[in-house]
Amino acid sequence: MQSSIFDRKAPKIGVVVFPGSNCDRDVHYVLNNILKVDADLVWHKKNKIAHYDAIIIPGGFTYGDRLRAGLIAAHSPIIGEIKKMANDGVPILGICNGFQILVESCLLPGALIKNNSLNFVCRWTTVQVHNNKTPFTIRFSKNQKVSIPIAHGEGRYMVDTAVLGHLEKKNQIVLRYVDDNPNGSMNLVAAICNEEGNVMGMMPHPERASESILCPTKSNTSAISIFHSLISYLLNEQ
Amino acid sequence: MTLTDKEVDYLKYKLEREPSAIELEMIGAQWSEHCSYKSSKKYIRLLPTIGPRVVTGLANDIAILDVGDGYVVTVHIESHNHPSAVEPYGGAATGVGGIIRDIISIGSRPIAILDSLRFAPIAVEDKSKVKSKWLFKNVVRGIAEYGNCIGIPTVGGEVEFDPCFEDYCLVDVASIGVARREQVIANKVDNDDLVILAGGPTGRDGIHGASFASAVLEGENRSAVQIPDPFLEKLLVEATVEATERGCIKAIKDLGGGGLSCCLSEASDNLKKGFDVELTKVHLKHNDMSPAEIMISESQERMLYITDNSKVQTIRSIFNKYDITHATIGKVIDSQHVVIRFHGKVVAALPSHLFAHAPLLDREIEKPEYLSKLKKFFDIQQDNNINEILFQLLSNPSIANKKWVYQQYDHEVGLRTVLKPGCGDACVLRIGNGKFISVKLDGNSKHCYLDPYQGTLGILSEACRNVICTGAQPIGIVDHLQFGNPNDPGIFWTFVQAVNAVADFCKYMDIPVVGGKVSFYNETAKGAIKPSPVIGSLGLVEKQSSIIDLSLKPNDFIFIIGSTSDEMGGSEYYESYHRISGGNVPKLDLSVDKLNSKAVFQLISKNLVNCVHDCSKGGLAVAVSEMAIAGNVGLDMNLDFVPNSCSRLDNLLFSESQSRYIIGTKRPSKVQKILSEFKELSFARIGRAAGSNQRVKFIDKNMGLVVDTHIKKLSESSKALERIMTN
Repeated sequence: MQSSIFDRKAPKIGVVVFPGSNCDRDVHYVLNNILKVDADLVWHKKNKIAHYDAIIIPGGFTYGDRLRAGLIAAHSPIIGEIKKMANDGVPILGICNGFQILVESCLLPGALIKNNSLNFVCRWTTVQVHNNKTPFTIRFSKNQKVSIPIAHGEGRYMVDTAVLGHLEKKNQIVLRYVDDNPNGSMNLVAAICNEEGNVMGMMPHPERASESILCPTKSNTSAISIFHSLISYLLNEQ
Repeated sequence: MTLTDKEVDYLKYKLEREPSAIELEMIGAQWSEHCSYKSSKKYIRLLPTIGPRVVTGLANDIAILDVGDGYVVTVHIESHNHPSAVEPYGGAATGVGGIIRDIISIGSRPIAILDSLRFAPIAVEDKSKVKSKWLFKNVVRGIAEYGNCIGIPTVGGEVEFDPCFEDYCLVDVASIGVARREQVIANKVDNDDLVILAGGPTGRDGIHGASFASAVLEGENRSAVQIPDPFLEKLLVEATVEATERGCIKAIKDLGGGGLSCCLSEASDNLKKGFDVELTKVHLKHNDMSPAEIMISESQERMLYITDNSKVQTIRSIFNKYDITHATIGKVIDSQHVVIRFHGKVVAALPSHLFAHAPLLDREIEKPEYLSKLKKFFDIQQDNNINEILFQLLSNPSIANKKWVYQQYDHEVGLRTVLKPGCGDACVLRIGNGKFISVKLDGNSKHCYLDPYQGTLGILSEACRNVICTGAQPIGIVDHLQFGNPNDPGIFWTFVQAVNAVADFCKYMDIPVVGGKVSFYNETAKGAIKPSPVIGSLGLVEKQSSIIDLSLKPNDFIFIIGSTSDEMGGSEYYESYHRISGGNVPKLDLSVDKLNSKAVFQLISKNLVNCVHDCSKGGLAVAVSEMAIAGNVGLDMNLDFVPNSCSRLDNLLFSESQSRYIIGTKRPSKVQKILSEFKELSFARIGRAAGSNQRVKFIDKNMGLVVDTHIKKLSESSKALERIMTN
């Protein structure tokens, strides 16, 4: 029997905080205050996270990007828990440094290397939704163009061509930059997901585009649908 | 050791004994110009520091401004010039680190960084002069990597290029903090409270940094430059904010210039208590450091916290959570002395008032000779190729678009940046109470060289105009006064002129000076820098609908407020196009300035304007072009309507006369009516933005179409900085 929306348990989202995470409070604020969904900041040493319905790894400079962006965080005990949850189909979203951590954790294929300009780049760009079947994109239409800001020094997505072909074939390239390649990513990759679709990494920052006051005049305000998609997915899944 | 014989005699007289070697090192750091303000203090006291919003004045390191609803804003400015000239990446990065620790020392969370940078020209044909480009590139990278890593947005600033900065650079960094008023740390301590040093290990980096900054830059003293660790700073920020929220900090002080020595002396003097400190407890980078080295090391990312026995476990657990090394190095004592022990033995014991207050100096003051030698008038043939001059000015790196700089800075982290870099005349950030603050840094070394008093007034006016253009009312000013060697009576005269200008402007406008810094000895073997005060203005925007950007909208009617005169001295047109220095700099009429600002602010409050832009470097022609470029829209401007007393057309277009604003509106008759109600206000409707046409045309009755170009060409010209830096 299908339950009504009122019977469903409200979803709860965990936002993982590592030493050096910077966008943790921003994501937490958007979830709680803009989307009115229950979200907690979860310190990385905490190992009981299985009760969360979804996990978001926010942007920042975990461990000061030492050795390589995301590398040290990828060896934190909480990643072991996240891997288990990923296997169980729980939605896991990595944003910016979170994407780098997912790649370093081998939850997603490929690598994020220094931008081809060799400089950090912070500006708004446009991405296009190529896969609107993931838990993070179901509220977009296919090929929808989305205004969204980026802010990274190491966002150039690289992977060997065989894997890239596989990603293309399996529709794992979720978002691509449009008329712009701000970092030199292969095939304009802005976000990819795993084969199952429940783990996604993205370089752009949807939390910075979730309120119209923060969006530049000529941009659209649809990036918040990343979070709307996740919440819809969680509500319908139960 | 940098103490003068006179200072040593004074010290002996006050102590009634011979000071020990370590005491001399400690006093040497504290009494350096950098830490003691011994040359400038008398003059700085002239600045107005009180106002209805000011919670604390200049007496503490940090001023606090009440912005209503239980929120306070803190602001601070510092420079890191000497270190950046030697090691630009580390020097600039540690400059950011220092300013952030100033902000967290009040209990507030830093929400923004701004930077004001000065270098020698970077677009030079002479290949031997590429150093300034190297300095510029690495200073920007240093600020970017530090600010980005600690997750505090770098939201604004300015860059000026002038030959006087050859082999040198000025790197000023400001930071803004926000707190709930009740979270501001009380800074009240009791006997036997515990003194905790936390953060990075104390090492030999930055030894004599304060003294290094208090002398002319002669050699490349690399050991005086500190090493940045932004990750540790980030942890310190989070731990301090968490400890503040949990109420376990009774007093706090950052370690900056002069290291532990200055930190203890100033804290002791402010708190009216003493400290008994054991140096063997200090966590060191090198085990064989002497007590003197430990005291004056300027290793970065260190903070001093004072707590009591009931709260020490909590604060320790917070440091442990973030893996921050910390140690209880001593305790608070009743007698106002700083007592330093090494293996239990007292190695220094100084009364804190004496320690913290260097004897002030009476510097000689004399109007410098160069001023009387400057040429007042130039017989320049009028150049009728206005199109070409405009392209050249727009591509002048001091004027050109600064995207190459601010796109390297994460300017959006924190979800506060409403008006982003490049979009308006200042950056607008939201604070927790539904209001917004607008911030800007400005300077103009070219004007200040020709007339330090008028030049400084002009910078103050420009900084305030910039925040007004975004819809804010100025509520506070910070000043950073940078000059050469103060022993030179001429240089000291220029400093006094600048201070007088700040005092006169702020008293007239009723805006408090809420923080500042003086930096002398900015000179190399090639000479002193031009007088280079930098002014930061902080404005408050009451409601979101008042926030205005600078981009011209299609079909806007264009108005100018303010009059233009033959004031070409120090203009980019004279200095960079004609390569001449001299003439009359723009003169600020305080009452006109106030009237014009009031008029513009009224138009903004009534929601009558679509865009506002201040008219400054490059003059009217550049300001209007910048608005058109930002809006990607063409326009027609009729120069016959521009209020002016200019003798010629190039002066009218490129003069940098003060107090001018350009606005775009869809309600021309209403704007006309409101502006007409201000008696003696100079203003005029001067043109109109195109609908979809992208041609930019300036028309003059006698000379016809003096500018006729496409918006894309103007836009290309203004991308010069990016072209130079990526080449």
